[in-house]
Parts: sequence; structure tokens; C-alpha cells
Amino acid sequence: MTSGWTWYVVALAVLNLIGCAWLLKGNTRRGPNDPKPDETGHVWDGDITEYNKPLPKWWINLFYLTIAFAGGYLVWYGVGSLKGYGHWSSKSEWAMESAAEDARIDDTLKLYAGKPIDVLAKDPAAVSMGRAIFINRCAACHGSSGHGATGFPDLTDDIWHWGGTPSRILETIQDGRHAVMPSWATTLTAQGGATAVDDTIAYVLSLSRPGQPQDAVERGGKLFTGICSACHGPQGKGNQMMGAPDLTDSYWLYGSSQASLHKTLNEGRQGAMPAWKPVLGDIRTRLVGAYVWTLSPHKEPPPAGAVIAE
Amino acid sequence: MSQTHAKIEKNIGLMAILVAVAVSFGGLAEIVPLMFQAETIKPLPGIKPYPALELAGRDVYLREGCYGCHSQMIRTLRFETERYGHYSLAGESVYDHPFQWGSKRTGPDLARVGLRGYSDDWHRAHLNNPRDVVPESNMPAYPWLAKAKLDGAEVAQHMRALKRIGDPYSDADIAGAAAAVEGKTELDAVVAYLQALGTHVSQADMQVAEGAE
Repeated sequence: MTSGWTWYVVALAVLNLIGCAWLLKGNTRRGPNDPKPDETGHVWDGDITEYNKPLPKWWINLFYLTIAFAGGYLVWYGVGSLKGYGHWSSKSEWAMESAAEDARIDDTLKLYAGKPIDVLAKDPAAVSMGRAIFINRCAACHGSSGHGATGFPDLTDDIWHWGGTPSRILETIQDGRHAVMPSWATTLTAQGGATAVDDTIAYVLSLSRPGQPQDAVERGGKLFTGICSACHGPQGKGNQMMGAPDLTDSYWLYGSSQASLHKTLNEGRQGAMPAWKPVLGDIRTRLVGAYVWTLSPHKEPPPAGAVIAE
Repeated sequence: MSQTHAKIEKNIGLMAILVAVAVSFGGLAEIVPLMFQAETIKPLPGIKPYPALELAGRDVYLREGCYGCHSQMIRTLRFETERYGHYSLAGESVYDHPFQWGSKRTGPDLARVGLRGYSDDWHRAHLNNPRDVVPESNMPAYPWLAKAKLDGAEVAQHMRALKRIGDPYSDADIAGAAAAVEGKTELDAVVAYLQALGTHVSQADMQVAEGAE
């Protein structure tokens, strides 16, 4: 605030305080011609008079005290660009509180520095902190129970598109992942004719659900070997190095309806996991990782035939 | 002295004037300086008038009353900066007409939601039906946004109006507005607006700006 406006506000505030004091003083002082303290001097209809009950002294003095308090408040906290004697500002209070709290948090967190997430997962305190961070940061997509949603992976099963080892999960959390499933409709149609997309879908479905139309599966299988196997593997078991899902299991990140599979092949899919290390720092991402590690049973081995990331 | 108030009590016009003087002190001290100060607040480095698509998204945001539950002002309180990021600075909302400050939050503050890491797909799913991604959410669903196309002429008109009150849009910005929102839906616009919120000022610039403010 410029000094002109500061002095404008100071002048108004001081004028206001002086005005209050003047009003109070003027209304409690008795002049020589004033009526007795218990009379107001008001008379109506010739004989109806109004009595007065003067304010008690202690009450009036409280009023003076509030005026003095206001003066002290202005001097202590300052006005506009004039700094008060207390040097208070909302920013400095915030900075002090943050410094104290950050130091406490650092003390708590440093116990967990550099530890792998499967080790931390055995420490209930670490898991409990990880859960709090998960609820605040991760639950929006992965759900408050970690069960995921369409397009956002379920973390409570044994399926890990980008690898399920402790270091690989931590890497996913810290650096993020960006899956790139391109749009294949044009390429597929050029190689396999008008039914190419339907054929490919029939083949992919046949990997986990026998009973798809045989001729379509055969045509789709050729297209799959030529195009899709580069990422999803010759048997469709996936590749954890590039986040290509195993297509032979029963889990479908984007759903297994015809409409959803057509959308996947026609438009591609760009699943994005943000990088959390820049936001949360190293230790907190490890705590989240520890909590995520506890969500999964870790019973089933990764699918045979897949490219496994360690 | 004790009889002088009789003059005021018996003259209602004089009393009205004196009442107005008495109650205007607070406004004169607290509001009038801000009205002049607002003119002197400079946009922080990186803060520019909203591009066409984001501006259209902001209009939808206002139309749907998102401000009823979401503020865009992070206060200088530790528990807010822990959750939402650096506290908001005046120079960040220079081009917000009207600003979206407040502290009444049924939903979270959105001043820096663009830094939270949500993907565009997440925002689409969430706006279409919040329960699809957050089962506990009590936010209303906005399924009609995906079906409503934007009107390029209207966006350009809005930009012209903002230019008239001082936002530095260039003629090229306004001429290109219709093309920028061509074929886009209101959902696209809101997602673009949300994804950009809070992303324009770097932390370093904010530290510098604090010294100046």
C-alpha cells in the first residue's frame, strides 16, 4: 500500500477513536444547568417525565479501555505499509509455523529414508502414514480402497502392468508412467480389410474367453502377430517394460465391452500416472509405496511368457 | 451538552446524514483504498489473459456455479499450503473477472488444481459422474457438458468485452478465438481451464513476487 493511502487509513482510524472518546466524554459529563442525575429533563403532555439511570462508572471505564486497546492494536500490528511494533504479518506467522512443523515432519520421516517399500510395509507406523498420503493424493484415481476405476488400475490384485517388484513400483510412483497405445484402426484396416478391427478384437477376446467366431479369430491372430505382438508379446502376455498389459487374463483396465475395445483400437489409450517425487519427495513416495505394497496379496507370479521388469 | 442530542433526535434529516457519516468510516478505511490499489497490482510473470478455450471453460465454470462449493484462494495457513500448495498471491488473479476467492468450501480449493497431476481423462470421467472415480463424492454430475458444443463467436465477443475493460488481448487472439474452440465441447473447455489453474507462475517467481507485494 502506498504511504498516501496508509496515512489516509491512519487518519480515519484515529479520527474515529477520538470521535468515540469525545462522544463518551460529552454524554457522561454534567453541566451546571443539567437536570439531576436521575432525571432526563424530558417532559411530555405537561406532566409526564422520563427518568434517567446513568451508566455505572465501571461500564464507562470499560468503554475507555476498549478505545485504549484499539490504539494499542494499531501500534502493535501496524497499518498498511507501516510495520507494527510486533512485526506481525500473516506470511511471517505462516513461515514460522511451517518451519516448526516441517522440522517435526523431517524428524519423523528421516527414519524411513532410502528403505525399500517391501521393508517399510512391515512397519505399521510407516504403512499408516503411507495410507494417509494415499487417501489425500492417490485415492482420486485409484479409489480410497485402492480398487481403481475404469482407466485407473486396481492396486489390490497381483496384476502389475509396469512391473510388481518393490523397486519397479517405487519407480512408477516416483517418476510416473505414460502408457502409449496408439490408434491402430487405419493400419489394421489397410492390412486386414474392413473387418480387421473386429477380427483383432475377436482374437484378443479369444485369449481369455474361448468361443469367439473361429474365422474372425484366425484372421485377427495374423494381424495380432504382425502388429500387436511387438508390445503385447507373441502370446499376448504383455510387456512390463512399456506397460503393455497381459491380454490373456480377466482384468480389463478400460473394460471389455465391444464399445470400449473399439475405442481402444480406434483412438488408442494414453494412461497417465503422474510423477510424485517432485510433489511429495523421496521419503513420502516410499511410504505410499509401502502402503500400496500391503494392498496386493503378492501370491501369483507374473504371467509366463511376458517381458518382466525387475 | 446533555440537551444537544435533542436537536438530532428532533431533526430526522440531520440524523440520517450523521448516521451515514458514522457508518461510512469503516468503508472509507477498508474498501476505498483497495479500489484504487487494485489498479496498481501487476500480473505476476507468466500470468496472461485466459486463452480462448480456457476462457470458455471459465465461463462454463461460472455458469454451473462451481464457485458455490470451490474457492480459488489458498490462505496463508499452514494446513492449507500443505494440502493445496503455495498460498495465493494477488498478482495471480489480475485477469479473473470476477475473482474466485473465498473460504467457503464444500469441495476442495481449486486455485492450483492444475498442479495436482490429474489426467485429462480423469477430469472427464469425474465431471461426467464424480462417483465413477470417487465413490464417496457428493459433487453433482455434469453429463451435459460433453454434449454441448462451444460457440466461437460468443467466446470472441467475450474476449472483446474483456479487452474493453483492460485485459491485453491482441486482435490476433480475438480473431483466432473461433478457430481455437472449433469443434470443442464445454467439457473440453472446462478440463482445459482446470488443468491450467495454478500452473502459470513458477515457485521461484512467487518467492520474488512476495518481496514486492
